[in-house]
Amino acid sequence: MGFDPSYAIREFKSVGTRPLRPDGFDKVTGRARYGADFNMAGQLVGRILRSPHAHARILRVDTSKAQALPGVKSVITAADLPDLTNGNSDLFDILDNCMARTKALYDGHAVAAVAAVDAQTAEEALDLIVVEYEVLPHITDVDEAMKPTAPLLRDTVFTGGVDPKPTTPSNIANRTQFGHGDVEAGFKEADIVIARSFKTEQSHQGYIEPHACVGVVNADGTGELWVCTQGHFVFRAQCAELLGMDVSKLRVTSSEIGGGFGGKTHIWAEPVALALSRKAGRPVKIVMSREEVFRASGPTSATSIDVKIGIRKDGTITAASAELRYSCGPYTGPWAMLGAMTAFACYDLKNVKSVGYEVLVNRPKTAAYRAPSAPMAAFAVESVIDELAAKIGMDTIALRIKNAAREGTQSSYGPVYGPIGIGPTLEAARKHPHMTAPLGKNQGRGMACGFWFNFGGQTCTDLNIGIDGTVTLAVGTVDVGGSRASLSLVAAEELGIPYEQVRAVVADTASLGHNDMTDGSRGTFSSSMALISAARNAITVMRGRAAQMWSIPVEDVAWENGHAVAKGGKHGNLAPLSVKDIAAAAPKTGGPIAGHSELVADGAGVSFATHICDVEVDPETGGTKVVRYTVVQDAGKAVHPTYVEGQYQGGAAQGIGWALNEEYVYGADGRLQNPGYLDYRVPVCSDLPMIDTQILEIPNPNHPYGVRGVGETSIVPPLGAIANAVSNALGVRMNHIPMSPPRILAALEAARAG
Amino acid sequence: MVEVRLGRSFAAAADGHETVEVEATDIRELFRILADRFPGLVPFIERGIAVSIDGVIYRDTWSKELPAGAEIFLLPRLAGG
Repeated sequence: MGFDPSYAIREFKSVGTRPLRPDGFDKVTGRARYGADFNMAGQLVGRILRSPHAHARILRVDTSKAQALPGVKSVITAADLPDLTNGNSDLFDILDNCMARTKALYDGHAVAAVAAVDAQTAEEALDLIVVEYEVLPHITDVDEAMKPTAPLLRDTVFTGGVDPKPTTPSNIANRTQFGHGDVEAGFKEADIVIARSFKTEQSHQGYIEPHACVGVVNADGTGELWVCTQGHFVFRAQCAELLGMDVSKLRVTSSEIGGGFGGKTHIWAEPVALALSRKAGRPVKIVMSREEVFRASGPTSATSIDVKIGIRKDGTITAASAELRYSCGPYTGPWAMLGAMTAFACYDLKNVKSVGYEVLVNRPKTAAYRAPSAPMAAFAVESVIDELAAKIGMDTIALRIKNAAREGTQSSYGPVYGPIGIGPTLEAARKHPHMTAPLGKNQGRGMACGFWFNFGGQTCTDLNIGIDGTVTLAVGTVDVGGSRASLSLVAAEELGIPYEQVRAVVADTASLGHNDMTDGSRGTFSSSMALISAARNAITVMRGRAAQMWSIPVEDVAWENGHAVAKGGKHGNLAPLSVKDIAAAAPKTGGPIAGHSELVADGAGVSFATHICDVEVDPETGGTKVVRYTVVQDAGKAVHPTYVEGQYQGGAAQGIGWALNEEYVYGADGRLQNPGYLDYRVPVCSDLPMIDTQILEIPNPNHPYGVRGVGETSIVPPLGAIANAVSNALGVRMNHIPMSPPRILAALEAARAG
Repeated sequence: MVEVRLGRSFAAAADGHETVEVEATDIRELFRILADRFPGLVPFIERGIAVSIDGVIYRDTWSKELPAGAEIFLLPRLAGG
């Protein structure tokens, strides 16, 4: 019989407790091994030559002098990474991003790479590579890039999603539309209609650890890669395909991860390290500098968004529409589509329409960033909702509660919702003491809602019973937010043993079947589902072993409180057998004991959050300080509440940085002006208040313990909540993120000028 | 027979149909029939279409049954961080 993932009410013993984190000691003592901490015998230092131009045709690359430099062991260009993608345009884009082929498409695009005996030699060799460019006009602004007169990035891209199919290429890669009803009719029913335009600047995930890997490809076609990643199985698949290797021949081990937030779901330097190694015959290590991380990996979209919402004086929204334009870098992705799907997802709308445009610009390839694309859309929508509430004189939470989606609502992206948590998070926020706390001078309060889908995916897990009865878990989802602790709690819960007797490790790609990335808030949701299945399989084995030990039918053996117990009056004198007892007898009852599970975890369940924020704005400097912040979010079931709170706080902290300071600044030459943490300022501890959290637990019906993903939704409301707070503090509506001091001073000046 | 809503994102690839009726008992059969009837949907199916059944989104469980009377909605495959 297959595994049934349905939720069942139960009393928890381990799940919901807060044991010390198992990775904490190694991390605070410096013993934890991150991407750059692994070394292979005889390894070389890899360095990448990057384009200084935002847009340029590559006419010639001469590597002869670099190759002749003593100590240089290999030099590669696109010719050493031939196109093996066989018409797969998504994979080709990955290849082209890892090493430019005919054109450099952004400042920082890789054009060649070297491997040498030391860093100094490698950098000297980069200086000896001659690249002849034909510099082309560039475009970095999303709105400008949509104009017919804009420089064209790629002549192979034709706008998708429009009818008839275009015959000329365009920077507009794709158009998507969602919604239902008749928005024009709905706007006619409204007493008040507000239409506003918003912009958000490009931000980076800001992970502390840069991309790092060490790889080797041997003469016999086998290879190894040690890498900092959110998904080593996917990295293996993509690298193997790009290098023409068999997947099984490439063994990939994931390191500890110093933050990813979506930025480490994409390969960047890994195929380059492997290609350098293949040519040199020695391992190659590449560690990106911070400047390389900013210039060539991971930012989210810059956006330009128009929102129009109509409302009756009683607070009923009659219609809502949005046009969302998202930059993608030079390669298309689903970014505007995700903004269009999520923009109005919190609300029950009779008439709604959202249209998304993905736009190619000369910036680095857009990567996923924690609930990708949803925060910008929520910022625009939640700003207009707040303005409407003020316009009709209605409490801002009451307006949201009145229009909140509920079970049976047709979502703005299509399907009808089952049981969902937006209403409960709003009600909890309304009752929270934060909402009625007094505000000081120059202070303002704002709140906002947010939505994210969450998803699961392919998952493979092993649960091994040791010879002393303690348990090891081998999981294939990288631990980005405490999943080793939460998965150990789940295994302890299901087996009925203490948490301290379980240890989880992230296994390499040779040890388990394929696992999808840790993304979509799926790590604990998916792997806990697989582990529950694996634990139940192990219990089945242990019941069989106990039956052998007792010489009774297995049907007479039950599993209770971590022990095999004999059922029925005729076995009344048999003492229960612990996992330790059964493990000790294992050599004579059939050998090693383990439980395995391979499944697709689906039915993750959508997620909602409501945030409340107080800010204080200095009208002289334009500086903003967040003085109080509260997150209310549904976790389904919080397996390790401290980690769940950490996810809520982390999302809010990143949102605060994005809302107030973080921004890619490009010069007129198309070059990034601030590729470092000095000029790209992320919030530090002293910038932030203690972020208060409230966990709601509305069980997910599609997980045995009711678990939902919690990692992403918490970054969706902050931009809107903080924009509303700042706007309320200033008495001026802020429509451009980040609300950095110059923008706030400019907005105040404009308001004074009338 | 189940009613499947394609939404505007897939209708263009399905000869403009936003809703179709399909004699299918699970997601695998649904995709097989849709691919036969609307070849324009094949690239999307190969890239990944998620199926919402009564509001629960399934990305990969092609063995999932399609209950009679259920609301079935096709969605683009999602990306996450």
